[in-house]
Amino acid sequence: MSLEEKVKDIIVDKLGVAPEKVKPEAHFIDDLGADSLDTVELVMAFEEEFNVEIPDEDAQQITTVKAAVDYLGKKIG
Amino acid sequence: MEKRRVVITGMGVVTPLGNSVADFWKAMLESRSAAGPITKFDAANHTTKFACETKNLTTENIIEPKELKRIDEYAQFALVAAHEAIQDSGLELDKEDLERIGVLVGSGVGGIKSFEDEHRKLLEAGPRRVSPFFIPLMIIDIASGHISIKYNLKGPNYSVVSACATASHAIGDAYKTIQRGDADAMVTGGAEAAICPMGIAGFNSMKALSTRNDDPQRASRPFDKNRDGFVMGDGGGIVILEELEHARKRGAKIYAEMRGIGFTADAHHITAPAPGGEGAVRAIRLCLKDGGLNPDDVQYINAHGTSTPYNDKSETDAIKAVFGNQAYKLNVSSTKSMMGHLLGAAGSVELIASVLAINHGIIPPTINYEEPDPECDLNYTPNKPIERKVYAAVSNTFGFGGHNAVLAVSAFK
Repeated sequence: MSLEEKVKDIIVDKLGVAPEKVKPEAHFIDDLGADSLDTVELVMAFEEEFNVEIPDEDAQQITTVKAAVDYLGKKIG
Repeated sequence: MEKRRVVITGMGVVTPLGNSVADFWKAMLESRSAAGPITKFDAANHTTKFACETKNLTTENIIEPKELKRIDEYAQFALVAAHEAIQDSGLELDKEDLERIGVLVGSGVGGIKSFEDEHRKLLEAGPRRVSPFFIPLMIIDIASGHISIKYNLKGPNYSVVSACATASHAIGDAYKTIQRGDADAMVTGGAEAAICPMGIAGFNSMKALSTRNDDPQRASRPFDKNRDGFVMGDGGGIVILEELEHARKRGAKIYAEMRGIGFTADAHHITAPAPGGEGAVRAIRLCLKDGGLNPDDVQYINAHGTSTPYNDKSETDAIKAVFGNQAYKLNVSSTKSMMGHLLGAAGSVELIASVLAINHGIIPPTINYEEPDPECDLNYTPNKPIERKVYAAVSNTFGFGGHNAVLAVSAFK
């Protein structure tokens, strides 16, 4: 499974949204109905799945599907 | 100034005996026990391996699937029971002044299972793995919060806690809130979901639970000589209290009238009742006085009747102290014999049982009553329901900490 697919699966699971809504440009809060607690949970799930630590200042920048994929891509090299 | 009158216009339950008021009542008339082996976790190493578990909860059309992970089971019970109660009341919320409708739902321990789960994460994976939903899952006031959010109810909103007296304190406070004019209707009661490893282990260590593992259905036996502790139950009970004129204006059906509350403290011991049920005596007396009721107005007492050696004796003593010779003419029963002890929800489901007794003219029984205890010599309505016209009923609840909360309801006239 590609990084992108894994990220998408986590988003579908944690935010309870339909897979087709999880497009690269989709914003977690504005488009996918997340609230601030959901976004914290999402970042924690990324940390767990990819075994990385995401500092709070980085987490604040991860607001869209694409941002998450790009950030994690760089982080795990 | 004349006191505002308050009536009960809606009821909803989630209980081990059934997840609607109709099923709950039917099971009590069948004198059924809801006890069985614990299925919510592996209790193989626990001293007590059985409980009265709520089964087959339907949250569909009440809680959105994605919301479930944010709502501990105790608050789910509260939401589902509130849904039935609000529907049952016929309140058309889009026509109501929602700032005049409040919510007061209590719980003894709130999200104890969520606490367990997240604490495990803390120990195994570190503090950064604790869910951002942990606090709102666990806190006891969140059931009231969820109900207000779902129905847009903007009146008084909070919770109360007093262990096994919780729901009675909640309903009593809600009643007084309406009586003094701070709201016109209140969604009130209690919910509990403590059948989890820590919940059972904690009560086991206190020696408070029955250990009759070979015969769970006969374990809850209030007032019987061979009682050996309570049986844990879970669920929720919610009533809609409404100011009388508000209910009349909309042509609501009225189940019963809230009559009185009696709240006292034993000031004696953290878990043992005061000798002679002294705190309970004062609570029952205050309740009758508050409701303008004489002892002979009362036909039925829904007892706290936990099936622990201590409680049932001191409660019997208390009833005798208040009612004198009239005590022997009362029907007393403990519906915990059938559904177990719902802790912080007990007061609400038992008040609902009392209202149903008034409405149907039938008193639900104390099942498993086999061998009389010389120290408990009242009429406990043994083993099967009986027909009796009930004008007023009293519901007793007593909580660890020495909290006593007694409610009285009567037929509406």
